[in-house]
Amino acid sequence: MQMTMIEALNSALALELERDKRVVLLGQDIGANGGVFRVTEHLQSKFGEDRVFDTPLSESAIIGSSVGMAVYGLRPVAEIQFAGFLFACMNQLASQAARIRFRSAGAYTCPLVVRSPYGGGVRTPELHSDSLEGVFLQIPGLKVVIPSNPYDAKGLLASAIADPDPVLFLENIKLYRSFRQETPEEHYAIPLGKAKTVQEGNDVSIYAYGAMVNVALEAAKLAQQEMGINIEIIDLRTIWPLDEEAIIHSVEKTGRAIVVHESPRAGGVGAEITAIINDHCLYSLLKPVGRVTGYDTPYPVPGLEDYYLPTPVKVLTALKQVMEP
Amino acid sequence: MSIQQIDSSSVPYQILDPEGNLVGEMPNLSAEQMLSLYRFMHLGRIFSNKIVALQRQGRATTFGSLVGQEATAVGLAAPLQPQDWLSTSYREIASLFVKGVPVPTVAYSFRGYTSPNWPTETHCLPIQIVIGTQMLHAVGLAMAAKIAGDPVVSVGVCGDGATSEGDFNEALNFAGVFQAPVVLVVQNNGWAISVPRHRQSSAQTLASRGIGFGVPSELVDGNDILAVYDVMQKAVERARAGQGPTLVETLTYRIGAHTTADDPTRYRDQLEVEAWQAKDPITRFQKFLIGRDLLTQDRAEQTVDELEEEVNEAVMLAEAMPPMAPDSFFDYTMANLPHRLEEQRADLLRYIDHG
Repeated sequence: MQMTMIEALNSALALELERDKRVVLLGQDIGANGGVFRVTEHLQSKFGEDRVFDTPLSESAIIGSSVGMAVYGLRPVAEIQFAGFLFACMNQLASQAARIRFRSAGAYTCPLVVRSPYGGGVRTPELHSDSLEGVFLQIPGLKVVIPSNPYDAKGLLASAIADPDPVLFLENIKLYRSFRQETPEEHYAIPLGKAKTVQEGNDVSIYAYGAMVNVALEAAKLAQQEMGINIEIIDLRTIWPLDEEAIIHSVEKTGRAIVVHESPRAGGVGAEITAIINDHCLYSLLKPVGRVTGYDTPYPVPGLEDYYLPTPVKVLTALKQVMEP
Repeated sequence: MSIQQIDSSSVPYQILDPEGNLVGEMPNLSAEQMLSLYRFMHLGRIFSNKIVALQRQGRATTFGSLVGQEATAVGLAAPLQPQDWLSTSYREIASLFVKGVPVPTVAYSFRGYTSPNWPTETHCLPIQIVIGTQMLHAVGLAMAAKIAGDPVVSVGVCGDGATSEGDFNEALNFAGVFQAPVVLVVQNNGWAISVPRHRQSSAQTLASRGIGFGVPSELVDGNDILAVYDVMQKAVERARAGQGPTLVETLTYRIGAHTTADDPTRYRDQLEVEAWQAKDPITRFQKFLIGRDLLTQDRAEQTVDELEEEVNEAVMLAEAMPPMAPDSFFDYTMANLPHRLEEQRADLLRYIDHG
């Protein structure tokens, strides 16, 4: 069935609620309203107010109480309305959810999924467009997943809910309704921690995720037309832990690499991928790794955001640089 | 001189006065149960003093004494059933003992290790250091029990300082909105390290916080074991009966330093400490028990000797336990270790083997 990412996520949640009685959904406006983006539409009426419920407006309490529920044996899937508000529950996420297993030497676990919309290009108020995934590379114990299309979104969310540890599942707002894709109505799972080769090529590897996969695809088309080169595109899908094998394998073939992400550059996913390449296959590199990212500034106001975000032309410029003889 | 923990017009619930006289209605406790409470209070104090002494000798990590707060720590846990959950801060070690966590397990943790066999059947979360966050875990455990339809109650415990944290207030709000079967306990011991109670809130009592959240509240003499037990027992059974959460403030006092790293003479008057020592919870209960012929002075001394022996043995057991494997911190980061962490573990092991 042709589904948007919203529909694919809704389908995944409905199937998990049906398959596993331990799954509960909580968050702000997720009940009767179906979520501000409608990801949880009709789920409360279908599964009842015990399984799908609205909470008071307190991010820290949504995550903190979810930690308690997860330890008890439920499988809470919490929604934080916008990823920019993750800062309001950072303590419960980083110092609690991610550490329950560690603190108890494995006696207790915290199988919790935190879903949150992120990403720019949709003219939102402040802190509704921020990409925070880089922050979470420094939180051991927490996985970070970012799908780039409806099919992956559904399969990855199923795996996130089944995972024995906490998972931060970030959903790109621009991708929510931008295209439909053939997506099975039944349950399926895509393993966490595995990247996907979206397009094979021999000249340059582009590592991207979320909305940046389509930016990379467009840039690759331009590069093919203008420069006659073939780009390999790796959709990382899981941001933490990164699929090192896939990263290394691709750059060993192409010898050139560019990382594209919306989040700021410093200490981000691009920096880590550059370091992974450094550690494992530096001598495969013909040119330094390029990074096309957000700038190290706060995410700008709507009138300026198009300048901030990576674009196919920005990626093309980086491609030209790494292709210089 | 004396820090006012509450306005003088607020009267905390009391069953025993500081002299051990019965001034309220006795809770339904057998002689055997009362002697057990008495024993656990001593166990908490002896253990606490022992770890402080070990810390001074370099044999234990930083530790926060619970001396003076034994009635609250024991009384809040005693009414709980095995299936009930307990989510505490770091100053309720005696509560963990009451709930069945073995003394050597706790002693081992103050050697700087995590016990490899935390007794999950006690339903105690390991002690939690970030102030106030455990109150939300208690509420979540209770929400889960309610969703699952289990007759399970959970208890969250924090100090007076934690009531200034957002998480404490969010926990109370969630408890009220979801009518969670939870009892939230504030051990008001007068001090958050060096900051006195009146600097945390201008409210007359911390118990009064419950009103704004629609959560019934109790103010209780935290040095009166029978009063704490009675209030907790009723709150726990109210929660179990589906009648929702309760906030309990226990008025007590931190006789010792905040932790072994703290020097309270820098910020508080010794006379205040002495005034509270006169209201000692163990002495008070002992006077009551002796007055009722449930205990003799000799038997009391014998109890202390026995418990000192028990704690010494527990410490010996903990010290005889093997240290955690140097690379064991990799084991508990996530269920399935990514390749990258396996490589880092191998690096560490090579370093240990070859330097």
